[in-house]
Amino acid sequence: MFFTFLHLIILIKRDIIMIENFLMIYQALPYLLKGSLITIGLVGGALFLGFIVGVPMAVGQVYANKFIANSISFYVWFFRGLPVLVLLFLFYFGLFSLLGLNLPAFTAAILVLGLRSAAYQSQIFRGSIQSLGEGQMLAARSLGMSKFQAIWNIILPQALRISIPGWSNEYSIILKDSAVTYAIGVMEILTRGNFIATRTYKPMPVFLTCALIFLILTYGGVKVLDLLEKKLRIPGYVFGRREI
Amino acid sequence: MQRDKDIVLEVEDIHKKYREEKILKGVSFKVKKGETKVIIGPSGTGKSTLLRCINQLTIPDRGRVWLEGEEVTHTKKSINQFRQKIGMVFQDFNLFDHLTALGNVEIGLIKVKGMDKNKARQKAMEELRQVGLENQAYLYPAQLSGGQKQRVSIARALAMDPKVILFDEPTSALDPELIGEVLEAIKNLAIQGMTMVLVTHEMGFARSVANEIIFIENGKILESGSPYKLFNNPKYERTRRFLKKITELYGESSEKR
Repeated sequence: MFFTFLHLIILIKRDIIMIENFLMIYQALPYLLKGSLITIGLVGGALFLGFIVGVPMAVGQVYANKFIANSISFYVWFFRGLPVLVLLFLFYFGLFSLLGLNLPAFTAAILVLGLRSAAYQSQIFRGSIQSLGEGQMLAARSLGMSKFQAIWNIILPQALRISIPGWSNEYSIILKDSAVTYAIGVMEILTRGNFIATRTYKPMPVFLTCALIFLILTYGGVKVLDLLEKKLRIPGYVFGRREI
Repeated sequence: MQRDKDIVLEVEDIHKKYREEKILKGVSFKVKKGETKVIIGPSGTGKSTLLRCINQLTIPDRGRVWLEGEEVTHTKKSINQFRQKIGMVFQDFNLFDHLTALGNVEIGLIKVKGMDKNKARQKAMEELRQVGLENQAYLYPAQLSGGQKQRVSIARALAMDPKVILFDEPTSALDPELIGEVLEAIKNLAIQGMTMVLVTHEMGFARSVANEIIFIENGKILESGSPYKLFNNPKYERTRRFLKKITELYGESSEKR
C-alpha cells in the first residue's frame, strides 16, 4: 500500500516536471527560432559564397594553366586540411584582427564557413565537369565558341545539374558545422540553447529542441534540393533504375 | 600568294606527333568548291587527327591550312572566326545533352553569330527540316536514336552556313539499319553543292558521292584519285587490298541498307 502511494507521488512529480519543461520550452521557443533564422542566414551566406568562389575554382582546376590549377589545389588542401574550429579561430582572432578588420562574429563566420565550403564545393563541381565527355567541349569549340562561351553555355549547365546531389550533401554538412560558430559567439541556435540551458539548469529539453530544429532544417533543405534536381532533370536520362 | 578562287580548303604539309609517335607525316590536299573528298585508310593512321588539324582542335606541329585563301594556321584573327566557317560532324555526335534538338542547332547562331533568338529559331527549324527532323525538334538527345542524333549534329553544323563541313566517321557509331538515313542526309548535301571532307569506311557511299578518294596510310597519302580509278585501277597493290577488304567488311553499296 505504502509502496504504491510513493509510486503515485513520483508519477505526479514527473508529470509536473514534464509540464514545467514544456512551459519553459514554449517560452524559450521564439528566442531559439530567432537563432535558427541566424543559422539559416549563416548557412545561406556561406553556401552562396562557397558557390560563387567554388565554381570558378573548379573551372580553373580543369581548364586553367598549371600555375593557377596548382594554386587552387593549394587552397583546397589548406581549407580541407584544418578543423573548422581551428579555421574560425585563425581567421577571427588571427587574420581578421591582424588586418584591422573589426568584423562582427556573424560576418566572420560567413566568410570562414564560405571560404571553406568553396574548397569542398569546387571538388564537387570539378568531379562533375570531368565526368562530361571531352566531346562536349570539342563540339562547342568546333562551332566557334570561345573557351569561356563553351564553359558557360555548354559545360556548366550540365555539370551543375550533376552536382546537385553532392551539393545537397554539402548543405547538410555546413548546416551542422554552423553550430561550431558558437565558439566565437554567433547568436545561432546552439549558442542560444546554451544560454537557456545554463539559466534554467535544464539542458536536456533545451538541447533536444535544438536538435529537433536542426533535423527539420536538414530535412527541409534536402527536400528543396531534391525537388530542384527533379525539376532540372534532362528528359530521357535515367540514372540507375530500381528494377535492375 | 596567288591562289585558285575555286579552292575552298587547302591543307599543306601537315605534321603531327604525339609524344614520340608520328601520326601525320606531311599531308597535303586541296578541296574545290562543291567537291566531296573522302579520306580512307586503316584505323590509327591519323585520319581523325588530320580533320582536327584543319579546324585547329588539334594544333599541327608543322604545316598550314587555308580557308578561301586566308590562312587558318598562324593567324592573327581569332581561330573562332574560322571555326564558324568550318563545320564538324563527329563520330559520336557530341550533341549538347542538356539542349533539345532545336536548342543544339540554334545555340551556335545565338551565342556565336549573335543572331536574334526568333530568327535563330526559324533558321534552326529550317535546318532540322532539311535533315527530316522537324517533328523531333523539341526532343532531347537522350530521346533520339543514333541516326537522329547524327542528323541533328549535321543540322547543327549546317546552321552556321559553313564553307566546308568535316565529317569524322559519321556512321561508325551507328547500328547498321540507321546508317542509311545519315548517308542519305549527307548525300543530299553533296547534291546541293556543299563542300565536304569525309572520313568514312562506307565504300559504296564513297564510290557514289566522292569526287576524289584519298587513301592515307602511316600518316601519309599513299594514293588519291577518282573513285573509279582507285577501285578499278589503283597504282598500288596495297590500295587494292585495303579497298577489297573494307568493301567486304562494310558492304559494297549503301543503297542496300
